[in-house]
Amino acid sequence: MSPILEVNDLTVTFPGGIQAVRGVSYQVSRGEVLGIVGESGSGKSVTSLAVMGLLPKNAVISGSVRLHGRELLGMDEDELVRVRGKAISMIFQDPLSAFTPVYTIGDQLAEAVRIHQKVGKDKAFKRAIELLDLVGIPHPTVRAKAFPHEFSGGMRQRAMIAMAIANDPDLLICDEPTTALDVTIQAQILDVLKTAQRETGAGIVMITHDLGVIAGMADRVLVMYAGRPVEEGRVDDIYYRPRMPYTMGLLASIPRVDGAEGPLVPIEGAPPSPKNLPPGCPFAPRCPMRIDACEQEEPPLVTIGDGRHVACIRSREIEHKNLSSTDVYPVPVIPPSDIQRVPREQRAKVLELDNLVRHYPLMKGAVFKRRVGTVHAVDGISFDIVEGETLALVGESGCGKTTTLQQIMQLEPPQDGRIVVLGKDSAKLDKASRKALRRDLQIVFQDPMAALDPRMPVGDIVAEPLRAHGQKNVSAKVVELLELVGLAAEHAERYPQHFSGGQRQRIGIARALALEPKVLVLDEPVSALDVSIQAGVINLLEELKNRLGLSYLFVAHDLAVVRHLADRVAVMYLGRIAEIGTVENVYDRPAHPYTQALLSAIPLPDPEMERTRKRIILEGDLPSPADPPSGCRFRTRCPKFARLSEHERRRCVEEEPVVIKLANAVDHGAACHYAEEIEVIPASDDLEEK
Amino acid sequence: MRSKVVLARLVRNRQARYGSIALLLLVLLAYVGPFFGQYEWTDKDFMAFLSPPSADHWWGTTTIGQDMYAITLRGMQKSIIIGLLTALIATTLAAIVGAFAGYFGGWVDRVLMWGVDLLLVLPSFLIIAIVSPRLKNASWLWFVVLLAVFAWMITSRVVRSMTLSLREREYVQAARYMGIPQWKIIFRHVVPNLSSLLIIDATLNVSGAVIGEAALSFFGFGIQPPDVSLGTLIAEGARNATGYPWLFVFPSGMLVALVLSINLIGDGLRDALDPGSNT
Amino acid sequence: MLGVAFVKGVNRSPVQCDRRVMGKYLLRRLAMNAVLVAIAASLAYMLAATTMNPRASYEGRQPPVPEAVIDATLDAYNLNDKTPVFERYVTWASGVVTGDFGKTWNGASVNDEMGRRIGVSLRLLLIGTILGFAIGVILGAYSAVKQYKIQDRIIGVSSFVVMAVPVFVLATLLAIATYNLNRGLGFTLIEYTGEYNPRLSGWDQFLNRLNHLILPTISLSVGSIAFYSRIQRNMMLDVLGQDFVRTAMAKGLRRRTALFKHALRTALIPSATYFAFALGTVFVGAIFTEKIFAWHGMGAWLVDAINQNDVNSVAAVSLFTAACILLAAFMSDLLVAALDPRVRVS
Repeated sequence: MSPILEVNDLTVTFPGGIQAVRGVSYQVSRGEVLGIVGESGSGKSVTSLAVMGLLPKNAVISGSVRLHGRELLGMDEDELVRVRGKAISMIFQDPLSAFTPVYTIGDQLAEAVRIHQKVGKDKAFKRAIELLDLVGIPHPTVRAKAFPHEFSGGMRQRAMIAMAIANDPDLLICDEPTTALDVTIQAQILDVLKTAQRETGAGIVMITHDLGVIAGMADRVLVMYAGRPVEEGRVDDIYYRPRMPYTMGLLASIPRVDGAEGPLVPIEGAPPSPKNLPPGCPFAPRCPMRIDACEQEEPPLVTIGDGRHVACIRSREIEHKNLSSTDVYPVPVIPPSDIQRVPREQRAKVLELDNLVRHYPLMKGAVFKRRVGTVHAVDGISFDIVEGETLALVGESGCGKTTTLQQIMQLEPPQDGRIVVLGKDSAKLDKASRKALRRDLQIVFQDPMAALDPRMPVGDIVAEPLRAHGQKNVSAKVVELLELVGLAAEHAERYPQHFSGGQRQRIGIARALALEPKVLVLDEPVSALDVSIQAGVINLLEELKNRLGLSYLFVAHDLAVVRHLADRVAVMYLGRIAEIGTVENVYDRPAHPYTQALLSAIPLPDPEMERTRKRIILEGDLPSPADPPSGCRFRTRCPKFARLSEHERRRCVEEEPVVIKLANAVDHGAACHYAEEIEVIPASDDLEEK
Repeated sequence: MRSKVVLARLVRNRQARYGSIALLLLVLLAYVGPFFGQYEWTDKDFMAFLSPPSADHWWGTTTIGQDMYAITLRGMQKSIIIGLLTALIATTLAAIVGAFAGYFGGWVDRVLMWGVDLLLVLPSFLIIAIVSPRLKNASWLWFVVLLAVFAWMITSRVVRSMTLSLREREYVQAARYMGIPQWKIIFRHVVPNLSSLLIIDATLNVSGAVIGEAALSFFGFGIQPPDVSLGTLIAEGARNATGYPWLFVFPSGMLVALVLSINLIGDGLRDALDPGSNT
Repeated sequence: MLGVAFVKGVNRSPVQCDRRVMGKYLLRRLAMNAVLVAIAASLAYMLAATTMNPRASYEGRQPPVPEAVIDATLDAYNLNDKTPVFERYVTWASGVVTGDFGKTWNGASVNDEMGRRIGVSLRLLLIGTILGFAIGVILGAYSAVKQYKIQDRIIGVSSFVVMAVPVFVLATLLAIATYNLNRGLGFTLIEYTGEYNPRLSGWDQFLNRLNHLILPTISLSVGSIAFYSRIQRNMMLDVLGQDFVRTAMAKGLRRRTALFKHALRTALIPSATYFAFALGTVFVGAIFTEKIFAWHGMGAWLVDAINQNDVNSVAAVSLFTAACILLAAFMSDLLVAALDPRVRVS
């Protein structure tokens, strides 16, 4: 079978000598899914834009891109417009900015139809509605008349897919199609993509940084680093028999939702800037297997088997010695904590939430602003954290976890319920004791760029809390703190923008630790980082906790990270806690249908398991927190509710479930009338090479 | 670090470079130029009324025999000073009011923004026109204050809306959670992060004030005789422009050159400070 | 994160635009604006009444007018400085409430004068405002598409130079040029003062009116062309870098079509709101253009009234201007809502 798309030695250079893509070659055949994996800045998105001819004019492109044997590079616009959207379509990452805000979704879909098919306006609009129906948008006739901002993220991405398949393309290029989405919505979208592929029989190029997504979708995988492919092969080969240290490191650094505990293996350093690449292998500065020859010249991509290519001079050695990532990468050792040997009941409570409530007025309209309702952001949640413990608060966007965290950090009297920090009730604090209490309660933010004032040198940033609380010896302490988080003293004089994402997050952690707090609130501390960097930060957090005896409230949406870091976990849904308990209990025997769906939606970086796994795919989107369903809030999407009898359902509709301790467990509770423990993550005894 | 980058970008920016060179020359002309002229601006040459430019009077003379060169440069000095001071006051006012309104929200915001709205609908032209001739004996600085008072409102609205988003930035939240007082957060974290907007705005306010002064003086509502500014000179010149063009051309030319060079700098600054915006 | 939820929630639950809520909102805004206008106008009146001296225009006359007569005249016009200011203000305000703006310094009706002058300003400004917007937007969009090319540079440099030339300089320059042109030709090709020649009638008068419009329209629109072209260029460049233009091309649209249909339509919103504001303030007139080209519109009236110590006219112009500005702001808000579905009410 001849390939649909052949890319040969593609290079893209931007003004200023920025070599974004440096020689990429691949082929995609009909019905085949090629996954392109890489961290940010690896050139994976630029490659696909070059294929579509959508790069800005100042980009210099060379090489060859052939569609059904026809060269696309250098084709004039008249011909190119007949290919774009017809033979090749593209699905973009952020569907909000990818739709024109001033036209309805239906009109934009109809436009796509009419560009390539000679049909009337009415007919095109009808086709648009059919397409929306095909990708699973409810009430497509009504929704077609809505504007992009009126769609939820998941719905927009569905519409984007509908637009991409409007003209039966031969090839679909998906650029991070699910990155902006929640995990249950991601599962839905991947499902739609698979349907779309079935309908059109198209080849797919799937670009992502998420090795879990690729494992379940791709037939072949191309790993990119610093603008070049470093390894290519069938998905099983790449995952089970990686031959390039970068790929090995990437796979070893992902926290796994099915994984056993233990430190992750980070890749040291950060990817090189495309402006000044090292002379030899671009990965050499970070590679644990580096030898002098690596720095001499860049290793070419050589064929080492059937459709298998590697760019590493030591790949033969890796193959012969059958090295695994743990052989190649040093496994960090994290000192154990003393406090964890003390039973939970004997430890002091450092944070306690009792029936916390936070409602917001819902305002609408930019010109005519007015209140249209109440958002039940947090609607009565309770949990506690003891000394030396990590509690993770997990849930999808809009579940109220960020609001909970802000309520705690503000240390103001809550609307209802109680917040008790280190035995002090937030409602009974005066100004001075509130300020004093702030020393013991600190926060690390999600976005390491936004969390640091860009106009302050790092030293001042870390010193700010010290000065605010009138401490002496500030500069000595700043140095100490920077070293504590793995930075150097001379970094104090630089500005945040001179640091990589992982380093910035370390600065944020240093600032949070400056006042030697007892409780640290972590707001998605690693979700903005690339996987290879993420592992290092996770390890640092774990180490600090053990060394300093900290307690963490860890807010996250990534359940795999949570499994690694947390002792206990609370799952939130629409402002309520759905399930709470120790990590082992909740992950291995989830009892709430929402937790079960959430866990089953997480893609595993393991192709074999992904193929055999059964997913629980939830229907629809999260209901509005302004108008939560009566009774159990989850019932509108609950797969279990769908299976219940009419009589049993009545209880779900009428009575709101509260968290009840499960009979046979010590620390495990679920807010479901029909809670039932099941296993959704396949046990993974065979993590190592098969 | 950042300032170095900005400076490098500014030097590389052609607009800003030409603008700064032109402005430097104009300021030099205004302040050093008079030493080279043969007449003081207060001198009256009774031998030459309305004489065209000549070797003696480089830019000609006025109806009462004043040397146009001397008097235009004198007017320029005044215009430059007025422009700078007005811009400084207006931008400071805009920054403080906007930042406080945006940061605190609630009733502080409502009161301040209501004041802004009121100042916007107040007949500024009328107020300045009525008040400034009465300031004859007072210092011209009052005129500057008047100009500034009606020049900051739009910017403060922009500052306010930017503060609204800055307030939610995580580093501002972090400062709040550290227990740092609100006003300190405003001056330490909010205002410095608006500095590019404010610098650009201040620059453009200079040219706005120069034009504003000239416009008011055009009707006799601005700088009062015997003092002169570019505006009073242009007003004088415009009346006799057809017969004695040098009366009009020199002050107008200087005004246009001044405003153009400042605008070029402002635009170049925007490019250098704010690479995201394409202005 | 919550923001997303807000948006989602609102859109799924069909919150219909409640007429009552909307009406209440409009009423509140109207009331707020009325208060602002009242304050602005009262302040203007007080300032004018306390500082201006209408008596001066009667006192200097030859032969001298007896003081009693002057007082009687000023009393009749509510301009007598011997009456306490507050009393005069009450008289004036109670007139304004019933729609009577009082008398000018020489006894004419302010209302009549205002009606006439609004007409003049409208005839003077309407064409210039629309032309300025239309040409400015086209040039700006073109300039953005040709970014860094010679066309962009020419448009950019010209608009910079134009924006540095104040309207009173430009208008005077135009007047000088026309004067010299006419003199060189030996007959009046282009008129440069007044609104029309009252001795002409019918078709000739219409053509004469158009001829009189040429110079003021140029002097008015050149500035706004430069202004709109800058805004439109910036907006267009912002939009050009956005994903949806790329999506439009990825669908198979030509670059030009994508730019026109998707980019320009979206980038038009800000300039259109400026335009709506400008249209609303057309009635207020243009002080400099009117004075320099001797059109007796609203703008010229303010300057004349200040010079003539015409208290009631000054107050009337101030009130009218404040009302127009607020109305214009409201209009531009409405236009944003109409053009941009993201801020639309329902």
